[in-house]
Amino acid sequence: MRIVVLLKPVPDTTGQERLGPDLRVDRAAVPAVINPNDEYALEGALRLMEARGGDADITLLTMGPASAPETIRKGLAMGAHRGVLVSDPALEGACAISTARVLSAALATLEFDLVLAGVDSSDGRGGVVAAAVAALRGLPYLSYAGSIELGDTSVRVHRLSATGYDVLEAPLPAMVVATQAIGEPRYPSLKGIMGARSKEIATRSLADLGLSSHEVGGAVATTRVLEARPPAARAATRVVRDAAPEAARQVVEFLAERRII
Amino acid sequence: MAGAIWVVGEVGPDGALARISREVATLARDLGAAAGRDVAGVLVAPPEASGAADELAAYLPRVLLVEEPSAGTDVAAVPVASAVAALVARDEPAYLFLGATPDGRDVAGVLSALLGWGVLVNATEVGWSDAGPTVGMSIFGGRLLTTSAFSGGQGIVTVRPNTATAAEAAAPGTVERVVPGQPGTVLPHVRILERVQESAAAAALEDARVIVAGGRGVGGGEGFGLVQELADVLGGAVGATRAAVDSGWIPYSHQIGQTGKIVKPQLYLALGISGAIQHKVGMQTAETIVAVNRDPDAPVAEFADLLVVGDLFEVVPELVNQLRARSG
Ligand SMILES: Cc1cc2nc3c(=O)[nH]c(=O)nc-3n(C[C@H](O)[C@H](O)[C@H](O)COP(=O)(O)OP(=O)(O)OC[C@H]3O[C@@H](n4cnc5c(N)ncnc54)[C@H](O)[C@@H]3O)c2cc1C
Ligand SMILES: Nc1ncnc2c1ncn2[C@@H]1O[C@H](COP(=O)(O)O)[C@@H](O)[C@H]1O
Repeated sequence: MRIVVLLKPVPDTTGQERLGPDLRVDRAAVPAVINPNDEYALEGALRLMEARGGDADITLLTMGPASAPETIRKGLAMGAHRGVLVSDPALEGACAISTARVLSAALATLEFDLVLAGVDSSDGRGGVVAAAVAALRGLPYLSYAGSIELGDTSVRVHRLSATGYDVLEAPLPAMVVATQAIGEPRYPSLKGIMGARSKEIATRSLADLGLSSHEVGGAVATTRVLEARPPAARAATRVVRDAAPEAARQVVEFLAERRII
Repeated sequence: MAGAIWVVGEVGPDGALARISREVATLARDLGAAAGRDVAGVLVAPPEASGAADELAAYLPRVLLVEEPSAGTDVAAVPVASAVAALVARDEPAYLFLGATPDGRDVAGVLSALLGWGVLVNATEVGWSDAGPTVGMSIFGGRLLTTSAFSGGQGIVTVRPNTATAAEAAAPGTVERVVPGQPGTVLPHVRILERVQESAAAAALEDARVIVAGGRGVGGGEGFGLVQELADVLGGAVGATRAAVDSGWIPYSHQIGQTGKIVKPQLYLALGISGAIQHKVGMQTAETIVAVNRDPDAPVAEFADLLVVGDLFEVVPELVNQLRARSG
């Protein structure tokens, strides 16, 4: 069973993330981490492997900057077998559809039965790349998975809904989007960390994938950021320290003032 | 209709038009008026849900209805996106607007692949310049607002719930049944084998105008009964922190934050929630934030509009009583 996990390096959610003067994510401002939702996808892949008694092979696929191997290495320490990084200066400022095209082209060079992705990335929270990749590759697309069951030729998913879940099934190869409900991502063990050092991370350029900067990347971005500004500051917090009946009265009054009730 | 603005409608599990589609339709109608562009709705639905097209037509001058049985039996993203893509090839609209809901995101992703169009996501503000829509969105969990535009004359926009207030048009529009041509690319459908209902049908969290959320301070599943009670008197939905979800007090579908949902209600009431950054990024664009916390120094004190320093088990029952007395 060959599983590919789409893994994106993102700035750590520290409250210090910012954009550079070019209005792109300033990668130097905060350390990069694995996008938290992609950690669930990887955890899902590892659990599927374990459920098969170890009979699976997990490749991490990333489109990212030249510094991405540091982040990919952590995924290898969790238990993935190898990484593939698509990195190219022409990809700086790539939009969502470019990202999807690049990941799709990279998938075409890999052998796989299942692709796992995260719900969305923590920096932009678009949540559209995985669906676009599935469509470009013609893969059945099973999103918002609360649980995943893998057979030899098919995959079954509980797709979370507002009131429960829908049971979905599709033949392999397929694309599944994992949620946090899959389970807590494991911490890499010391052995895992040591072992990750010798695992391979193959780097590919656009040319390696048969793509050019006229098709994908910053030069042909379909969207551009015009400006960025901080949101209007919230007014100072009003603090109520009275006993419950009086405190509740003040809350009701406050809600009425704001015409919420 | 070349150059038009289209709204891709979403049908809820009950077969009715999703609330978000009313908001998106209102927003698009105003945008069309500002831009001098035609505005229309597209609804792809199984025949038994075709009434949703009439609901959409209350907001828009014209609605194209595609009756597609598989939109009821299969996951909607592929049938909806395939039909819309075929209609786009026929009528050449310029911009497609959808809700930033789980289904809306999926449809937007598939559409961007089928059409090769750019996507601007999670809009909380939409304006118009000569070059097309300008889309405001918050990034880094609401700490920065950006305004973006499309580079070409086409694009797909997903709009956050509660960005616009739904308002019907002065007169209802027409509903036209259409049969889209064969899609250029045939994508695999995914069949829904079974729909399992675990909790009572509730307003989607993302759509709710009022959210009452509980954290570790709520103390257990029973405590969430109290949270629910307050949500009921306020006509709101129940949210939760990851600590509460991880403790098994409430299902993951209620989680708000970095790895849960992003919400933008009019009122967010945080009960026994510290306000950790991973929670904050999911709710800090709420219009009004009220917190009840024993600890005056909890991080939530820094971004709440009103903080009650006290025990939620004392304050919340009192609040429920006073609100009931007020409305009764
Ligand atoms: C990768 C990652 C992703 C994450 N994603 C999310 C996410 O999506 N959503 C999320 O919420 N968290 C997320 N977290 C977890 C987050 O960091 C916090 O741990 C979590 O939000 C804390 O939940 P809490 O506020 O309920 O609990 P706590 O931080 O323990 O706070 C409980 C609060 O309740 C108060 N309290 C206790 N008893 C009472 C009482 N009787 N009356 C009044 N107040 C009381 C306490 O003073 C305290 O402030 C994530 C963490 C990581 C690392
Ligand atoms: N640059 C990337 N490299 C690898 N995977 C990605 C990349 N961008 C997005 N993804 C995958 O697509 C999912 C959705 O991303 P997004 O649409 O950016 O919110 C992520 O959770 C990842 O699994």
